[in-house]
Amino acid sequence: MPDSATLHPHGSVPSLKDALALGLSAAEYELICDKQGRAPNRVELAVYSLMWSEHCAYKHSRRLLRGLPTEGPQVVLGPGENAGAVDVGGGLVCAFKVESHNHPSAVEPFQGAATGVGGILRDIFAIGARPIAVLDSLRFGDLACGQGAAATAGEGQARVRYLLDGAVSGIAHYGNSIGVPTIGGEVYFEGPYEHNCLVNAMALGLAPRERLVRSAAAGPGNLLVLFGASTGRDGIGGASVLASAELQHGDSGAPSMRPSVQVGDPFEEKLLMECSLEMLDAGLLLSLQDLGAAGLSSSASEMASKGAVGLDIDIARVPLREADMEPFEIMVSESQERMLCVVEPAKLDAVRERCARWELACAVIGTVTDSRRLRVLRDGELLADMPVGALVEECPLYDVHPRKPTASVYAAPRPVLDRRADARETLLALLQSANIASRRALFEQYDSIVQSRTVRRPEQADAAVLALPDGSALAASIDCNGRRVAADPYRGTLEAVLECASNLACAGAQPLGTTNNLNFGNPEKEHIAWQLTESVRALGDACRALDAPIVGGNVSLYNEGQSGPIYPTPVIGMVGRMPDARRAGRLGFQRAGDRVALLGPFSPSLSASELSKLHGAELPDGLPAFDLHAVAAAQAAVRAGVQSGLLSSAHDIAEGGLAVGLAECCLAGGLGAHVTLADASTEQLFGEAPGGFILSCPEESLGELAELEQLRSQAVALRLIGSVKDGSLAISDAAHRSLLEIELHELAAAHSALRELFA
Amino acid sequence: MLIRPKAGILDPQGAAVERALPALGFDGARNVHVGRLIELDVLDPAQLQPMCERLLANPLVEDYEVQLLDASP
Amino acid sequence: MKFAVIQFPGSCDDRDALHAAARVADAELIWHAERDLRGADAVIVPGGFSYGDYLRAGAIARFSPAMESVIAFANDGGLVLGICNGFQVLCEARLLPGALLPNANMRFTSRQVTVEVARAESPFTNAFTDGQRLSIPVKHSWGRYYADERTLARLQQDRQVLLRYLPEENFNGSLHDIAGVCNERANVFGLMPHPEHAVDALTGGSLDGLGIFTSMRTALEGALA
Repeated sequence: MPDSATLHPHGSVPSLKDALALGLSAAEYELICDKQGRAPNRVELAVYSLMWSEHCAYKHSRRLLRGLPTEGPQVVLGPGENAGAVDVGGGLVCAFKVESHNHPSAVEPFQGAATGVGGILRDIFAIGARPIAVLDSLRFGDLACGQGAAATAGEGQARVRYLLDGAVSGIAHYGNSIGVPTIGGEVYFEGPYEHNCLVNAMALGLAPRERLVRSAAAGPGNLLVLFGASTGRDGIGGASVLASAELQHGDSGAPSMRPSVQVGDPFEEKLLMECSLEMLDAGLLLSLQDLGAAGLSSSASEMASKGAVGLDIDIARVPLREADMEPFEIMVSESQERMLCVVEPAKLDAVRERCARWELACAVIGTVTDSRRLRVLRDGELLADMPVGALVEECPLYDVHPRKPTASVYAAPRPVLDRRADARETLLALLQSANIASRRALFEQYDSIVQSRTVRRPEQADAAVLALPDGSALAASIDCNGRRVAADPYRGTLEAVLECASNLACAGAQPLGTTNNLNFGNPEKEHIAWQLTESVRALGDACRALDAPIVGGNVSLYNEGQSGPIYPTPVIGMVGRMPDARRAGRLGFQRAGDRVALLGPFSPSLSASELSKLHGAELPDGLPAFDLHAVAAAQAAVRAGVQSGLLSSAHDIAEGGLAVGLAECCLAGGLGAHVTLADASTEQLFGEAPGGFILSCPEESLGELAELEQLRSQAVALRLIGSVKDGSLAISDAAHRSLLEIELHELAAAHSALRELFA
Repeated sequence: MLIRPKAGILDPQGAAVERALPALGFDGARNVHVGRLIELDVLDPAQLQPMCERLLANPLVEDYEVQLLDASP
Repeated sequence: MKFAVIQFPGSCDDRDALHAAARVADAELIWHAERDLRGADAVIVPGGFSYGDYLRAGAIARFSPAMESVIAFANDGGLVLGICNGFQVLCEARLLPGALLPNANMRFTSRQVTVEVARAESPFTNAFTDGQRLSIPVKHSWGRYYADERTLARLQQDRQVLLRYLPEENFNGSLHDIAGVCNERANVFGLMPHPEHAVDALTGGSLDGLGIFTSMRTALEGALA
């Protein structure tokens, strides 16, 4: 067997110029030459360019993420594997993770979003868990809807609608076809995302603890088996070309970008999933890894790195979809729906038989060695030879250089509402605004009930709720308000984590763990580095305070173009548990005559609020301070109230403030309310802040509610503000002057403003 | 094989395309219908019609047309 | 008494149908490649995306070995229930008249709808009364029921329409608001709504779907008596 020193390169040896074209820096190229002991050949350079890309290696973020809290008694699998997992009782674990597919979605939204879902689902069953739910977090450019929309219809709007429609259809297509319910999500429309949309997909899975499997390859002599779809030219160069550099303005619609996009097949993935889980149940696999960004090269490198072993891969054995693929193409292809596993020779026949039953291609493509090198061969001829350590652990990491900007990096939004508008007009304007209007026209495209676990469907509660076999239930939510993070990266990120936990609390669930997708601009720029550093610091502080450790996540950088960076968007996903599924919370008012209460240390302000956006206000420099522990105490009280069965409904106050929250409770319940506020200011009605909850309960339960231990011991504020009644939402001030009175059907008409986009 | 929705059956896809064309500046397009194209090589062309009848088309709701492109061996 | 649920590559609501059927009788899954229905008294062809809905929904599944046995079973008078994709398979297999076409609103739509029982006298609806309204979820993109005028007239005359959507809730454009039809013998029934997702108070939104399964059990008990 030839060794690395006598390796004959195929064609000419690539030069520094080629390395730079692939996205490596000159210094990185020199380092690669050093680690190889010679100049890398074409195959090797292609592999390094992807393994050392930002997307695969987290060069600019890895050091920052080291301080995050990742441990706890409930954590079964922390960051570093395909997904994290927490113990949920009854011998079961819940695996979950969020990932992004931002750049591919800007190029081809349907397939970009679909393959984003496909990728995160593979991460879940790669550790042995059956996917049970998907949530998605989407961001596009600003969108005018409802009244006034026609006036602003233009090319920008058409593109937003095209991306939104494509992304939602793509997620629906993939999730529905594979039989995993999409149970929740969020969509935001803001100017800074116009040229850099965000598509983040989160998935949950369930597994008996014994079925969890790791990805480390082990046992020299064992076989490396590739199963699933055949390998084509999908997404070649996707990772380094698209995700590690800023999108050039105007290129995002160009046909020439398309060949780099992967095309997904959910039917194939369904077969892949069932087959993988069956093989794990039968104990046939030593380790399992899915193929995602950078395909074979990254999956094989990581398996070898984790196991401290080497891998010999013969690309002639890889089932190909297209003739005449070059060796480097085979190694970096991002063809979807493929898995790699390590199998003991004695179990190979059983593996082949299972794959045949599920009609999946299956090929032995390599062997585990003790060389600690990744070697690529073709029919025995050595084509590439790289030390595993160099590809994975020894990738250079960079510090970022944070510096707070002296002026706002973001343009003020266009005003669409007169500041003198009265409370009635303001509430209707907020309800029909793109960030607040009902998402029903979107989520009705998702199957939210397949697998028969869904206890709370979209718009029934603040978080989605899934039943577990023992009568308990899981709750999940995904949240982030990018504009508020832009105003104050530290406090805005605290708020995002708290928002997630507040949503879980309103469903009745205690957080178990957190996942996060950090979507930011170019970290080599000081002001973005500042956003990133502050945000990660807050992420750690908040997760520690809530005892919701981070079990895994994803980083997506360089989301900016000529028009500037996106809002810093640390998307937070959280999973929690409640002991009694029957007592899952609801967001809508349930019964006329119930009393309405406001709970928590709620100190609203118009700073960076949705209303300030409608007014066209600049982003403020910083958000008001709040007491993190007081908010956590309020969450605990709400959670206890919900699970005690005392409450009819519980709803966290978010965008649009108290008045919008009340309207949402009315609309979800099909009932009105009459509310009296001592402070009837615009801040009180429409201001935003963490730690505000709208509760409703029967009159006779009020006493017991006030006596709840979580409420009393922490002196959580609870104020009665009114009652549920039929017909309309009426808000008066302390002198009983009417601030607004709006019939339910009029609230509903405004709230359904997004529907017209999907007619 | 070209497979088309039978005349008289509601074709919302075709209708949607017909509505979208003028918005892009293409006036005067009428009777837009959206169907499917299936291409294959066969040894015996006599098989093509039964293939359509049994699997490739649903004769209840679709019409089909077979076009032989190249009769070379 | 045993229900068999056919499982194709790509079936999604197979286990949901299995658990619903298990509430009224024994139930087991039968893999599409097997011909043996293992003495099942009734067969369910479940929802999902068999064979990825490639070519046409249900077009490939209808030719599987299991379906050959189901067709023979149906021709012998056995009870067969087709749900959503299952309904599509039964139409492709010509066990039921008509075809399912893409929704008029051209989108996959998932929501709770109200259907009306058009005929309670059947092995699938005897637990209900004529005109009774049921709240059951639908979730599909190819659910528009179509049959030519002659067939529609016949279905009307022979009372083969068992369930209809309320007109204001018929988003998929099914002709005559047809949500579910049976064959002339009334031993094969296909419907687009998912009764197996309306059998549990916690997750179902309503318990109205259970009646379809209990009706089948009642019919079988009568037949076996």
